[in-house]
Amino acid sequence: MCTVCGCGQASTEGRRNTGPDAPCHHDHGHDHRHPHHDHHDHDHPHDPHHHHDRAPDPTRLVRVERDILAANDALAVRNRALFATRGILAVNLVSSPGSGKTTLLTRILDDLARWVPLAVIEGDQQTSLDAERIRATGVPAIQVNTGKGCHLDAAMVARAVATLDPADGTVLFIENVGNLVCPAAFDLGEAHKVVVLSVTEGDDKPLKYPDMFHAADAMVLNKIDLLPHVTFDVDRCVAHARRINPALEVLPVSATRGDGLEAWRDWVLSRRPAVPRHASERTAS
Amino acid sequence: MHELALTEGILRILEAEAERQAFSHVRTVWLELGALSHAEPEAIRFCFDMVMKGTLAEGARLELLRTPGKGWCMTCATEIAVDRRFDPCPRCGGYQVQVLDGDAMRIKELEVA
Repeated sequence: MCTVCGCGQASTEGRRNTGPDAPCHHDHGHDHRHPHHDHHDHDHPHDPHHHHDRAPDPTRLVRVERDILAANDALAVRNRALFATRGILAVNLVSSPGSGKTTLLTRILDDLARWVPLAVIEGDQQTSLDAERIRATGVPAIQVNTGKGCHLDAAMVARAVATLDPADGTVLFIENVGNLVCPAAFDLGEAHKVVVLSVTEGDDKPLKYPDMFHAADAMVLNKIDLLPHVTFDVDRCVAHARRINPALEVLPVSATRGDGLEAWRDWVLSRRPAVPRHASERTAS
Repeated sequence: MHELALTEGILRILEAEAERQAFSHVRTVWLELGALSHAEPEAIRFCFDMVMKGTLAEGARLELLRTPGKGWCMTCATEIAVDRRFDPCPRCGGYQVQVLDGDAMRIKELEVA
């Protein structure tokens, strides 16, 4: 705080006014027609934090040190804390458009619903078609339209969760906007990102979009029923993905034919956190 | 084009700092953009001029500070340079590499008035 007037500039650490003997911010080193901060008797009002209308603006340097994703990350931390208190497992599904994310979900929801409460957040630029597909399975779903936006962010998820109000112990799937680039940067507060890659896309995709494969904990390799018809080398793809992320788990499935769906379901179930005691008491009462 | 959302994030920080550190115009923004960060420098530049139009940072200069990627090779147990996420360790050629640094997107300093 400024010791002259008490104005709050405690964290100002500009290069021109650092050090124990540095002048306070009212005395920057520029040429000025009248002294700063004197209790002068001019007949015009004068604010020590004045804006110079006529003289050229004096500039100063201020240190900031703030991550540009800080606002999103702070909200993601709040989402994650809410999920923890309610024993909710949030899984963020990311992929290119058309990899089969929605089918992958609809195919295990029935089965999962026997074990756990479920909820789905569907992200798309436009339409509520995907949320309707989910709701047709009886699972509550909310559609978030991002308009021109290319990804979901933590604020959108916070709003959707407030509306969905999922029960304690829910498995919450967040189907991100189909895009292998942008959603990698935005933490939603999820426990895991799962990247879905279909064998019609090319086995070099992990190398082309490394950020996403780095951010993911598991890769679902979808449409494996089509392997005889495409030139997709599963081993090569997995090797590429593990070059970026050595710990990446791989789940080969065919959402339409049913291969691997049990393993995918079990992967989800095995990731559930313990429901905190007070939360389970609330559920039981 | 998430660089648009990132640049809007920059503007929100500038507005908050303007209040906190009592300034009304931003002349220069020093932005650290790590080599392994989620943003393309040219796309950030493109969005920057557009987003700052009509704000406290209209016409501000954007100075990008590129920081190199750093990683830890688990096989060699040593720190290595990482240019791209899928590059192997330059010592052993393996891929057991954990990124340590170089993915920051951080406003470092501002020139303000």
